[in-house]
Amino acid sequence: MRKLILRRLLAGAVVLLLASILVFALSRMSGDPRHLFLSEYTTKEQWDAWGRQFGLDRPYHEQYLTWMSGVLRFDFGISVKESISATTVVMRKIPPTLQLAAGAYIFAIAIGIPLGVFSSLQRGTYLDLVARGFALLGQAMPGFWLGVMLILLFAVRWRVLPAGGRDDWTSLILPSITLGWFAAAALLRLTRSAMLETLDTEFVKLARAKGASRTAVIWKHAFRNAVIVPLTFAGVFLTALFTGAVVTETVFGWPGLGRLALQSVFGTDFPVISAIVMFATAGYLLMNLMVDVLYGVLDPRIRMN
Amino acid sequence: MAIDTEIKPSAIPSGMDSTRRNNALILSWHIFRRYPILPAIVVLLLIISAAFAPWIAPHTPLTGKLQDQDRPPIWEAESPISGKEPKWTYPLGTDPLGRDILSRIIWGARYSMLIASIVLAVGALGGTVLGLIAGYFGAIADEVLMRMVDLTLGVPFILVALATVVVFGSSMTLIISLLILFSWSGFARQVRAETLRLKATDYVSLAIVAGASPYRIISRHILPGVVNTVLVIASLNVGQLILTEATLSFLGVGIPKPRPAWGSMVADGRDYIGTSYWMSLFPGLAIFLVVFAMNFLGDWIRDRLDPRLRQL
Repeated sequence: MRKLILRRLLAGAVVLLLASILVFALSRMSGDPRHLFLSEYTTKEQWDAWGRQFGLDRPYHEQYLTWMSGVLRFDFGISVKESISATTVVMRKIPPTLQLAAGAYIFAIAIGIPLGVFSSLQRGTYLDLVARGFALLGQAMPGFWLGVMLILLFAVRWRVLPAGGRDDWTSLILPSITLGWFAAAALLRLTRSAMLETLDTEFVKLARAKGASRTAVIWKHAFRNAVIVPLTFAGVFLTALFTGAVVTETVFGWPGLGRLALQSVFGTDFPVISAIVMFATAGYLLMNLMVDVLYGVLDPRIRMN
Repeated sequence: MAIDTEIKPSAIPSGMDSTRRNNALILSWHIFRRYPILPAIVVLLLIISAAFAPWIAPHTPLTGKLQDQDRPPIWEAESPISGKEPKWTYPLGTDPLGRDILSRIIWGARYSMLIASIVLAVGALGGTVLGLIAGYFGAIADEVLMRMVDLTLGVPFILVALATVVVFGSSMTLIISLLILFSWSGFARQVRAETLRLKATDYVSLAIVAGASPYRIISRHILPGVVNTVLVIASLNVGQLILTEATLSFLGVGIPKPRPAWGSMVADGRDYIGTSYWMSLFPGLAIFLVVFAMNFLGDWIRDRLDPRLRQL
């Protein structure tokens, strides 16, 4: 187990390194950073002084090392738009996104797992079909379109929920559904197949043979073993989360990381974009590792291999 | 090849078994799964629209008529803002520039399909070749490839896409390259795993003993074994690819305007959602139907060609 964690940490470090090179290359390709400060009063001397100040007169690998040593101290430079540290700008937007992600995850679990279990127990009936139909539809639904349609129905037509912004808890409902929809559908499918597989095992048959009640068989024997599979789904959910956050936050005007990313793109605020890419990649790798470790803790069979 | 639509009553403890197989709805579901006619029709319509857009579309997608601004779909009485009545030549209504929604959807199919087919062809080919090389030769080639795969899976795609758009500006070439960059890894990973499995078989060992060159072994003995896998992954990926492209277009970093892309059409309609809902509704519905049909057919092809890949 410890070896696995070490290996994964090492692989994660390599990915971060490659990502940092990618980001650095993109930031240099985006043009000379001095252009951001250029005005009609800029003299040639000032221009050259900036060059020395930012180290632009040195070769690229040295520039990269300078940039990287800043990154290691969480220093991505100054945000072009807000004139404060890009890290601060990004940090301020993390709580709203986490809140949205939590809302979406709760929605996905509240819908996906019960429906998945239910669907597996009712296998072959039309209720099962409805649940599976929901899963198939959910996976094909474009998140941005779902968001716009929810606004159309709940905010414009029926006027029961706010169309956007981040005020009280009601403004969290529609974005959470939009972001969690895909996850709910995927979770339903995974839970269903995991339950079916577990219900087919010897130990469930044994539990039934020794006369355990139906409730005990389902929840104590089958469900506890099947629930591990949806748990690893957290990893899959994370991938969808970043795309989903950008889309959902844009649709609902939610003041989080995703919206910041898009705004920085259109405002060509490269320090902020590089900070977001690096933070998101690191967070993604770390959370994936945590899921793997948790998986190993819960399922001894994984620990052995 | 057996298709797992059969219900195994033995799997379910009696008492939980509420299977009613003679239900007409369930029967039609099984027929639907086995012969996916409706999804096939959707995909066929898509291909026809894409191929013959200039001849099918009733209007031009880029220019509208001023007198036909903001026409509602034909079943609506009038438009809530302009009070305009629907017109039969604009069955799904028009946007505030007087452009026909239906024509733009038909042209949008063309761009979607163009991008999806280029990306899939290049991604599948590249991923397969790299996967074969890594799986067969192992060592450094394998290590490098797997780190590249880690990178594409570990870095949030959308953010990299956004960052590159800052640098290069949005264009068709850029969106195609980006999607290729992130679609090859799925192929590479699976093909590598399959290659490792096939490499351990006796017939490959015998071929090595017989003195066959690596090129010959890969192309003659391993490639035929991975073709099905590649086809399955490709068919499962189409829907996701269309969805990703639409998402990028929605965010304004995909297919550049004024080209009609389904994603950017939904985005345009957002500002008019209170009055002209048809601007967002129908393009989104097109994406939804197409992705649904593609996913469904993907599942179907997988069950036919390679049921072992079920967890994908």
